[in-house]
Amino acid sequence: MSVTTVPPVPLSRRVLPLVMLSPAVLVTLAIVFLPMVQALWMSLHDYVLFRPKNFDWVGLKNFVTVWNDPVFWTSLRHTVIWIAITVPAQMLLGLATALLLNQNFPWRGLARALVIIPWALPSVVIALMWVWIYDSNFGVLNDLMLRFNLISSAIPWLADPDTALYAIILTLTWQGFPFFAVMILAGLQSIPRSYYEAASIDGASQARQFWHITLPGLSGVLMTATLLRVIWVANSIDVIYVMTGGGPGYSTYTLPLYALVKARTGLDYGYGSALAVSFTLLLLGFVVLYLRRAGRNIA
Amino acid sequence: MMVRNTSLIRRILTVDLPVLLILIFTLSPYLWMALTSVTQESKLFTQGPSLTGATLENYLRLFKTVGFGSNLLDSFIVAGGTVVVGLALSVPAAYAFSRFRFKGRRLLMLQFLVINMFPLVLLILPLFILMKSLGLVDTYFALIIANSTVAIPFSVWMMTSYIDGIPRSLDEAAMTDGCSRFGALFKVVLPLCTPGIIATGVYIFITAWNEYLYALTLGGRNIKPITVAIQTLIGEYQVEWGLLTAGGIVGAMPATLLFLFIQKRLIAGMTQGAVKG
Repeated sequence: MSVTTVPPVPLSRRVLPLVMLSPAVLVTLAIVFLPMVQALWMSLHDYVLFRPKNFDWVGLKNFVTVWNDPVFWTSLRHTVIWIAITVPAQMLLGLATALLLNQNFPWRGLARALVIIPWALPSVVIALMWVWIYDSNFGVLNDLMLRFNLISSAIPWLADPDTALYAIILTLTWQGFPFFAVMILAGLQSIPRSYYEAASIDGASQARQFWHITLPGLSGVLMTATLLRVIWVANSIDVIYVMTGGGPGYSTYTLPLYALVKARTGLDYGYGSALAVSFTLLLLGFVVLYLRRAGRNIA
Repeated sequence: MMVRNTSLIRRILTVDLPVLLILIFTLSPYLWMALTSVTQESKLFTQGPSLTGATLENYLRLFKTVGFGSNLLDSFIVAGGTVVVGLALSVPAAYAFSRFRFKGRRLLMLQFLVINMFPLVLLILPLFILMKSLGLVDTYFALIIANSTVAIPFSVWMMTSYIDGIPRSLDEAAMTDGCSRFGALFKVVLPLCTPGIIATGVYIFITAWNEYLYALTLGGRNIKPITVAIQTLIGEYQVEWGLLTAGGIVGAMPATLLFLFIQKRLIAGMTQGAVKG
């Protein structure tokens, strides 16, 4: 048996990367992982902020309360509806936009720049302008729909429990579809042109080219973008928080919003943390799927 | 000639027109807000927003009576501080990830990725308790730290992908020519990735500028970033939509302009990983 001698890596080469990494790693440990452990710890305690001296170990009591809490189940249902409509809507609109922006037309550069504007806007501003659009007395949406006889009387979009969640879903679709468009556009540009040329020589129709070349070529991007988006949409609460604050009643509560409201307004940090931890566990499946995809790309 | 004309019409119907429709959907809420902001408050409810008799009255009120100036300053300090912290920590880390192969590298990289996947609400509750017990609530420091939880992992990944794009042979050449590793880093790698650093920095700035929930939770009477100020306006001036929309335009302006300025480079950096997957 021959032993190949590997020249020993000099100490400086082994230590240097760790030295360069340690500030970032230590800071994230302190400001991200430590607080997360603390959240987990708080969820196992009775901790209400107006009785800050009381920090009593209660084990899994908070989680039992979560399980028996009807608002938790309502919020969970809304979270599922919220993701199940918003993400596919964003993806389809983003796909259509990307396919169009990949065509040749004179003002393509301008269109590509303008289409991503919603992405750059602060969510508070997005919420503000959509509240104004949905306004029941003076909002432009009611005005237009009345003018075209689509509705017979003005609808209070955000004050009606039947429409509020869907009104916010439309807002979030608007906010998020440019992200899909940008990702898919990059995916389209990575599909070699020669595939299409060969297909048209063989007489494949546009539709068949889309089905057999474009979609398979995009499957990786679509998968990654969808996973990322599911996680972001599920987590996103700022738009709802500003637009309705969860109301009317509980009709726009999602899980993270419920956790935040419970802690901020109810000052119940123990129960709020238990809700946040439960939500995180529910989301974990998607996170693991995403990490596995991303992990493959690390050389 | 006929053929050219029909293909042009075909293109207009199948490409230009649909793109125009999408752009109308994308831009009209923003333009509607802009239009409302230049309409006199008294005319808003009688005639609706219009360009005739446009006025800057709402904007003047915003700065004079509501005091938007100090909110802009707060946002500027918080966002600027986050850029400094984010870049100072992430550039060396990204260099290490890009140029060295060591045990645990993959795990550490995934660790940075996983941070941004966790719900904000899981972080915001303990961070508030932590800052409260340290007496740091309502300080710039608290908000910069909170925003760094988002900025550090993001910029580590962005910067790693930028530095990966700079050929290793360049720093090796510098080192054989007598540069130390740090010399190579400062004289070769950093200058070459300046565009990447700028793009990453600008993106951190935009994210921190736009951030709302941390600002709401960890800010207070002294520190009130623009996003919280806008939200407070909604509560206080409920029906004064002229003033509210002017606030929205001002609050969105810096981020929007910066975004248009760096979008090409930013998108290249962000989509790189996804396309490979």
